[in-house]
Amino acid sequence: MLFELDEEKTLFRNSVRDFAEQEIRPKVEEMWESGEFPYDIIEKMADMGLMGIPWPEEYGGSGGDELAFAIAVEEIARVDGSCAITLEAHTCLGSAPIYHFGTEEQKREWLVPLAQGKALGAFGLTEPEAGSDAGNTKTNARLEKGQWVINGTKCFITNAGTDISAGVTITVVTGTREDGKKEISNIYVPKGTPGYNIAPKYKKMGWHASDTRELHFDECRVPEGNLIGKRGEGFRQFLKCLDGGRIAIAALAVGTAQGCLEESIRYAKERVQFGQPIGKFQAIQFKLADMATNIELARTFTYKAAALRDAGKPHTKEASMAKLFASEMCMQAAVQAVQIFGGYGYMEEYAVSRFFRDAKILEIGEGTSEVQRLVISRELGL
Amino acid sequence: MNMVVCVKRVPDTAESEVHIDASGKDIDKSKLSFGINEADNYAVEEAIQIKERLGGTVNVISVGGKDSDEQIRMALAKGGDEAIRIEDPAMAGSDGFAIAKALAAAIKGMEFDIVFTGALADDDGSAVVGVALAELLGVNHAAYVKKVEILEDGKKIKVGRELEGGLMEFLEMELPAVLTIQTGINEPRYASFKGIKQAAKKEIAIKSLSDLGLDASEVGEAGSWAVLEKFTPPVVGEMAEILTGEPEETAAKLAAILKEKGLV
Ligand SMILES: Cc1cc2nc3c(=O)[nH]c(=O)nc-3n(C[C@H](O)[C@H](O)[C@H](O)COP(=O)(O)OP(=O)(O)OC[C@H]3O[C@@H](n4cnc5c(N)ncnc54)[C@H](O)[C@@H]3O)c2cc1C
Ligand SMILES: Cc1cc2nc3c(=O)[nH]c(=O)nc-3n(C[C@H](O)[C@H](O)[C@H](O)COP(=O)(O)OP(=O)(O)OC[C@H]3O[C@@H](n4cnc5c(N)ncnc54)[C@H](O)[C@@H]3O)c2cc1C
Repeated sequence: MLFELDEEKTLFRNSVRDFAEQEIRPKVEEMWESGEFPYDIIEKMADMGLMGIPWPEEYGGSGGDELAFAIAVEEIARVDGSCAITLEAHTCLGSAPIYHFGTEEQKREWLVPLAQGKALGAFGLTEPEAGSDAGNTKTNARLEKGQWVINGTKCFITNAGTDISAGVTITVVTGTREDGKKEISNIYVPKGTPGYNIAPKYKKMGWHASDTRELHFDECRVPEGNLIGKRGEGFRQFLKCLDGGRIAIAALAVGTAQGCLEESIRYAKERVQFGQPIGKFQAIQFKLADMATNIELARTFTYKAAALRDAGKPHTKEASMAKLFASEMCMQAAVQAVQIFGGYGYMEEYAVSRFFRDAKILEIGEGTSEVQRLVISRELGL
Repeated sequence: MNMVVCVKRVPDTAESEVHIDASGKDIDKSKLSFGINEADNYAVEEAIQIKERLGGTVNVISVGGKDSDEQIRMALAKGGDEAIRIEDPAMAGSDGFAIAKALAAAIKGMEFDIVFTGALADDDGSAVVGVALAELLGVNHAAYVKKVEILEDGKKIKVGRELEGGLMEFLEMELPAVLTIQTGINEPRYASFKGIKQAAKKEIAIKSLSDLGLDASEVGEAGSWAVLEKFTPPVVGEMAEILTGEPEETAAKLAAILKEKGLV
């Protein structure tokens, strides 16, 4: 077994790397400073077919797979986390539920523009009282004269508030199951629907240019046909999408850590203290050796998880393991990168200081490290 | 418009440390990454844009080993139609002229309107291949081209050549012609996953010297006009004047020198 990408994927990696270097890298600092959403970059990503990588061409996608998608996310994250999470959330959260569970008509109407990158997709699961405990969803929808009437609040939602956001798929309580538990379903709400109000952007510790907002639903009415898949299957649906999302977050972590490593190696060769480059000190070399080792392990395992998903094999455990290991090793890589840069690493103009702030969310979003450990433990039969 | 684009795989030396290897005739490339020669990337884009506007074909050619397939496939993924890779052990040590002979042999039999090359290769920087190729093919050429306009009948073109100091020279010429393309002429696209998948199905024809009807003596060192003897790092110091003193003083000295030499 030789762990190597085939020619197709290698070329694709090079192409995305080129894109990130030429089109994103020159704008990274400005994006960080202004926090403005990078419409121009997203448009170019759409031109290149990056906004619908895993979806079939008949739905406007690139006909690729999860592995190709993971590679793209990784390469973009190597340069900029905000662009990477925008792509990740758009694909895994915004588009995936419609692709996997939508009707043919819903796919034609909603998925195609997302896959083509003409619109941006979002998914709203998290609520003020339902984060890790997603079952505690309070947002509810009642059926009234062929319409869902939605009330509730979603928080920390990525991609819902940009000028090109199409809408958001949200988890809502649609009733009570026979066993007395909440019946949870997914409903698509187009932007601009009366009663769907989008709050201003949060001020975030990192990922400055990604769009994260609170969403309010106040007697918001959408057609009954906006239900995604079957009523009551919302939980199962988002768990399936989250498995894919976790692999992509792992890839995002690998890319971010790779960015840390490259910056650090370059700096360690240049920065002279005590009469020699700090890279000559074993204390610095070992940090870099550890970083490189962890990145390689995380990358290989992330690709394995993606390949399992592509092969249609069970991968819940592997997706969680990849996400857990990659995000934690990425945080460590960022901590060490700042250390290697000394006082300069504490200054915002150095990329490692941005990677440091971007890295933390990777241990939180799409399931915290604790939740990943719960999932893995459950998979171990505990 | 039937077009041919010549592309070269080159090491990326912009951000890497470069060392001369044991042979003394090359640099150690073992730790370098490779990519398409920058000007060639623009040449590929120019050909594909013309094809998209006017129809026709784009044939990609490279002289090089199997590794060069990567650059060829990328050009195919962006919209190239067919490809040839010329590979022969006897090509080793070829200068720009010998490379042009091999390219000319491959192109001669084709029906072409325009052959595109890069103006200059990032590694050797000779700026020879395109112009030599035009002579060998016996067609018109323009070098350092930064604008191409196909005139209405499709038999003539108007090209803008980049001159020093930002000047442009415009000329009209009859086709067929060879154009050596300068960077910045367009905005090269990036290969999409879809394009890469389609490119995987396109064939790259591998040609040896005998396939091209060339003799080994016509290429390599034997067939070259220039032979590389050895690389040496530039000698440091002798011509350099190091300014010393406080920043205010050194800045003033530097300004005086620049003024004196008429550089500012
Ligand atoms: C930038 C950003 C973008 C986001 N984008 C989206 C999005 O697009 N869509 C979306 O739906 N959500 C999104 N989120 C929300 C994200 O998924 C949640 O923040 C995350 O799931 C954690 O939920 P919480 O913040 O409510 O934390 P809590 O669940 O309150 O967790 C707090 C702490 O308690 C721990 N904890 C909780 N339960 C347990 C337990 N059973 N055992 C052990 N420890 C536990 C957690 O691990 C954590 O350390 C985003 C968040 C951020 C910051
Ligand atoms: C917010 C802030 C406030 C500050 N305030 C002050 C102030 O008031 N006054 C002041 O004088 N300075 C101040 N500093 C500077 C601070 O003390 C230095 O940043 C710190 O001493 C590290 O030096 P450096 O940044 O040059 O890192 P470097 O010395 O370049 O270190 C870079 C990396 O190399 C490692 N390294 C260096 N030498 C060796 C070795 N021999 N063996 C192994 N590893 C080595 C370091 O551990 C580090 O990981 C401040 C810095 C910051 C960020």
